[in-house]
Amino acid sequence: MATQLQFAPVFAEAPILLEGLWLTVKLSVGAIVLGSAIGLAAAMVRSMARPGRAWPVDVYVELIRNTPFLVQLYIIFFGLPALGIRMTAEYAGLLAMTINLGAYSTEIFRAGIESVHRSQIEAGLSLAMTRAQVFRHVILRPAVARVWPSLTSQYILIMLASSVCSFISVEELSGGAALIQSNTFRALEVYMLVTVMYLGLALAFKLVLALVGHAFLRLDRAPLGFGRRFPSSGASTAP
Amino acid sequence: MIRPFGIDEILFLIQSAGWTLVLTVVAMALGGALALVVALARVARIRAVRELARAWIGVIQGVPVLMLLFLSYYGLSYAGFELPPIVAASISLSLYASAYLGEIWRGAIESVPRQQWEASASLALSRAQQYRYVILPQSVRIALPPTVGFLVQLVKNTSIVSIVSVVELTRAGQLINNVTFQPFKVFAVVALIYLAICYPMSRASRNLEGRFRVHRVG
Repeated sequence: MATQLQFAPVFAEAPILLEGLWLTVKLSVGAIVLGSAIGLAAAMVRSMARPGRAWPVDVYVELIRNTPFLVQLYIIFFGLPALGIRMTAEYAGLLAMTINLGAYSTEIFRAGIESVHRSQIEAGLSLAMTRAQVFRHVILRPAVARVWPSLTSQYILIMLASSVCSFISVEELSGGAALIQSNTFRALEVYMLVTVMYLGLALAFKLVLALVGHAFLRLDRAPLGFGRRFPSSGASTAP
Repeated sequence: MIRPFGIDEILFLIQSAGWTLVLTVVAMALGGALALVVALARVARIRAVRELARAWIGVIQGVPVLMLLFLSYYGLSYAGFELPPIVAASISLSLYASAYLGEIWRGAIESVPRQQWEASASLALSRAQQYRYVILPQSVRIALPPTVGFLVQLVKNTSIVSIVSVVELTRAGQLINNVTFQPFKVFAVVALIYLAICYPMSRASRNLEGRFRVHRVG
């Protein structure tokens, strides 16, 4: 039944898509902020704890990285109520995204922290900085600057993963799409449009994150951070 | 009507994990073939070809796998093909793999030192021969650890095709949850089965990385 593509009925329901888009942005930004905080804390524990003491971080990271996001979402949304912990679908989605991103960003932050050369830390300590000061001024910024491209990719991946939240009936962008699909029966048109919207959103995230890196991490001169992997200022040149 | 979550249910889950693996293998085979084309196009001498491959990677990496699945699923039926959902599932996962593997393999090809190209060119090898005998054998070593790492992502993303009723591991978990009403137990077991599949691959990827780093020169 080769019929014509009809976008008009889909455009008529555009407000649902825009609301979905907004929820996707909110979920993603929330997960990026909270997940990065978890990842940074876990990476600090991992790189500072004595050998053998950081195994809970390893278990967390390995468990999350080796199971599908969808199953994590199901455990939180369907499984936790069985243990007496209830939450709305939106919060379950946010929690799952946060926990997921936390695990991946732990590894990324750890790589950044480990890339800061020992002599830099010793130099900081010899200037009578406290350990906290060394971490803040000598380790943190170069570490984050160096892994910013990887972090950006991971942030975009979690934004794309948010589409799976529609499986537990969160009405973010793909949830809104499913709703319109059942209203209009124009499945292909809806998903073509929404695919383009995700693509635009991914580009927008890339641009904003490049600007953030530019403004706060002194990722200098590279045009919006594209094309160069390492910043030349603010980071040590470890051999 | 409520059934206990016992050994039969766990066996059903393990059996369904077979379909997860089948999907992974299919996506790896089809997507891998496509990825090789994408990677070679990405380093081709003609600029338009390079840009086309770059656009392909950019679009697929900027779109959720779920959308690739829906576009395959509804696109096929729109075109008049009444195909089982597993076909759409395989297509979408292959497209997904083609972009990510293509980018990984491009990096591997580009990391072969320039001198290898020049040396092989000075031996009067054709471009095809250069790839066949000099560049690709070296790229494979470099590409292997991240490729195994990507396989883990692929296994996990097969879970998404459960939404078009392909009975792989996650869908099987849903079905069993529907008759046992023990979501925490069921999905914990599902997660453990994924872990049993993915964790060894993650370890293998890391070990390979370590081993190759030691042996690599320069």
